[in-house]
Amino acid sequence: MNPASPAKAHPAQALAPNLRTLDFGVLAQCIHCGLCLPTCPTYDATKLERNSPRDRIALMKQIAEGRSDVTKTFADEMYFCLGCLACQTACPAGVNYAEMFESARADVEHQRILENPKRNAIRFVMLRTIFMNPRLLRALGWGIWIYQASGMQSAVRTLGLTRLLPKNLRELEPLTPGIKAPFSDQRIRTIEPSHEPRRYRVGLLTGCVQDLAYPDINRDTADVLQANGCEVITPRFQSCCGSLHAHNGELGLARELARRAIDSFELDALDAIITNAGGCGGHLKNYAHLLHDDPTYATRAVEWTRKMKDIHEWLAEIGIRPPASSGTIQRVTYHESCHLSHGQKIVTAPRKVLQAIPGLQLIELPEASWCCGSAGIYNITQPEMSRQLLDRKMGHIKGTGVSIVATANPGCLVQLEAGARSHGVELRLVHPVSLLAEAYRGQASN
Amino acid sequence: MLPIIPKLQAKLGADRVLTQPEDLAVYGFDGTAALEAPAACVVFPLSTEEVAEVVALANEHRTPIVTRGSGTGLSGGSIPVEGGIVLCLARMDRILEVDENNLTLLAEAGVITQKISEQADAVGLLYPPDPGSMKISTIGGNVAENSGGLRGLKYGVTRDYVMGLEIVLPDGQIIFLGNKCVKDVAGFSMKDVFIGSEGALGIITKVLLKLVPKPMGKKTLLATFDRMDAAAETVSAIIAAKIIPCTLEFLDRITIRCVEDFAKIGLPLDAEALLLIETDGHPTVIEEEAHRIKNIAELNGATSIRIAADAAESAQLATARRAAFSALARVSPTTILEDATVPRSRLAEMIRFIQSVGERHQLKIGTFGHMGDGNLHPTFLTDERNHEEMARVEKAMKEIFDYAISLGGTITGEHGVGLAKKPFLPAALGEPSVALMRQFKKSIDPHGLLNPGKIFDL
Repeated sequence: MNPASPAKAHPAQALAPNLRTLDFGVLAQCIHCGLCLPTCPTYDATKLERNSPRDRIALMKQIAEGRSDVTKTFADEMYFCLGCLACQTACPAGVNYAEMFESARADVEHQRILENPKRNAIRFVMLRTIFMNPRLLRALGWGIWIYQASGMQSAVRTLGLTRLLPKNLRELEPLTPGIKAPFSDQRIRTIEPSHEPRRYRVGLLTGCVQDLAYPDINRDTADVLQANGCEVITPRFQSCCGSLHAHNGELGLARELARRAIDSFELDALDAIITNAGGCGGHLKNYAHLLHDDPTYATRAVEWTRKMKDIHEWLAEIGIRPPASSGTIQRVTYHESCHLSHGQKIVTAPRKVLQAIPGLQLIELPEASWCCGSAGIYNITQPEMSRQLLDRKMGHIKGTGVSIVATANPGCLVQLEAGARSHGVELRLVHPVSLLAEAYRGQASN
Repeated sequence: MLPIIPKLQAKLGADRVLTQPEDLAVYGFDGTAALEAPAACVVFPLSTEEVAEVVALANEHRTPIVTRGSGTGLSGGSIPVEGGIVLCLARMDRILEVDENNLTLLAEAGVITQKISEQADAVGLLYPPDPGSMKISTIGGNVAENSGGLRGLKYGVTRDYVMGLEIVLPDGQIIFLGNKCVKDVAGFSMKDVFIGSEGALGIITKVLLKLVPKPMGKKTLLATFDRMDAAAETVSAIIAAKIIPCTLEFLDRITIRCVEDFAKIGLPLDAEALLLIETDGHPTVIEEEAHRIKNIAELNGATSIRIAADAAESAQLATARRAAFSALARVSPTTILEDATVPRSRLAEMIRFIQSVGERHQLKIGTFGHMGDGNLHPTFLTDERNHEEMARVEKAMKEIFDYAISLGGTITGEHGVGLAKKPFLPAALGEPSVALMRQFKKSIDPHGLLNPGKIFDL
């Protein structure tokens, strides 16, 4: 039995530069009480300590203290973690798991421990190319849109031609989100006026996946903002917010994208910057920390973080103008995006948005805040675990008997749409804000 | 590799015998601060028979075994013996029977306490022990540590609900002690020896528990005091008035401030003490009790008292107590939770002493706990990197234990001795009592296979 030895300066700091420079307070905050275990989807599945938050932290701490190095087992473990942050909600000691987790994955990438040609190619194309370049992303979006809209996708599926794809691509094909051209830039003008006397001027983030797969949600968000006294400013070309990069060990690229995002808005002229994607929001609010030692951007990043609001949070803050009743009754259940509920602790505001809609009956979903398995690109990197979580989620959704599922994150929407197809259930997957926008439109047409 | 490992793998299959350094590291600690040690392997039996087979092998190879549930212990009881086996019961997690005629529940040792509570609740019954970690602690661990909880004052502790135990003895024999009979005086009450034995006498594999009817209602009160004595006198007066609340919890000044900092629920920052009182039972009875408690608190100098009107307000009032540990744990990197316990008539003295120790050694100690049963949680807010401060923590801790003993109290009310309290045990019990335990341990586990080095040295 050895008392845990305290942090030592490690000669090989270069081997794990992120964990080994992390503030000791962040790492030591974990008191390993175990209360995170029952809320962790991977621990719940395997009942192995290694697959739990407190033990991932213990392994990170060992590396940070120079008592061990980044091993293949450690690297695999860091990518088996969903990063859903349910542990942060359960943690009595307020551990900042998100920061440790991002540092750990960055060290795994720094050490190149998981490298192989296929993984490198995927990461190069996804992280370094497509999601760094908004024009390329939109061009690609158009390409997929043509493939899908022309009926080629369904023809390929019907003819079983996906069989010709390599196994892992074939499994991914159903996860390709439906692309909905035209994209946000053609649906939302750069400046759109408030429909009511203007109370606020806000910026709107259109996202990357959201922009291609769900540009209608962006339009709905603008509509809802306009209906609630906001003038909406929407820059035409917006980069990915970098959450994908930060969560996948590319903190440098994430910082680059954060700087670009900050540059695309005139912060001083805005009361708030609005995001409608739960997965992005958690990261967007972290810019102040991400850029804290950037001499040019640190101050603006603080301002950015102060003004960054999730749409539901913003509506709760300014008050929702209730739509008039259209007489229709709809039963809706709500699935919580992990980074909205656990990452940003926004739990009641989306439910308030739904409950503001006349005739809407909110049916609570059991385990509403349990991850659906989407988790960024987790459904691509860990298809088996992702599938288990999706099946569990679909079971609960079917149990409610409700056919409208509201959720506020594009990753969850794509995942649940794939779940509805594979489980053969007719579901309408919809953003809470879209339901509110419909209610306003209904009242306008009445 | 130890020669026993391939044999264990042959018995259990390679996937239920972990030997990788990363796994050994994460099974090397539990919920206790600053203690860890690597085992040689971690095994996951799925049945009592498999446990017995592992024990038989360990016997043959003289390899020590440390039994583990979810690893939430707070005295280091489940820290591995270096080079030994960790036997983890987390996968023996079935509830085998709920007997509504005899009000009993039979569960495997690895069942999560919360699941037992839910299962009882589903048939209108109550399993009263509610240790703070019940969302993840296992029932086997609760029995091995004789865990307490918030309802101890009225309902007692884990021991009061154990009717039977299936145990694998250190020689590999399987026995069942106890039964569903309310009365049974056949022979020594051997099951009682195993309750709270911290895994040192046998491996508990099944637990037969007593359930009670669920109370019909609950009333919650929150009272604040500007003097510690007033709070302590209130507690004594409530008990003297023949009222036994199910919960009678308290927070001291430092804890109140930390809670208010963290949860912002409008607690008075100048208060010296805060009491959370809950009474449960028939609605008319608890209504009357709540008002009597309120009067008693007022007579004894409470500065403010709130009675919750409904369940939602109850939950809100209870937030202060529930947030106590969370709030304290956020203040500094290292949080050490102790559980010195005294007869409740000596509580005010004990709390004042803890505060004076904190001042004398310049340490931040927040104290909260179960005022109704005298079980306190002085919580050290410190930093394990600061060796000089840690030395003062050690000193302060010893003084607190010595003082608790001098008041007729104990060094641990509900966490157990394990490694953390081992040095203090002889002073607390007297050498002859420890010698009796040692003798007992030797007769039942002559080779010292089960959790050696915990509680006392042989």
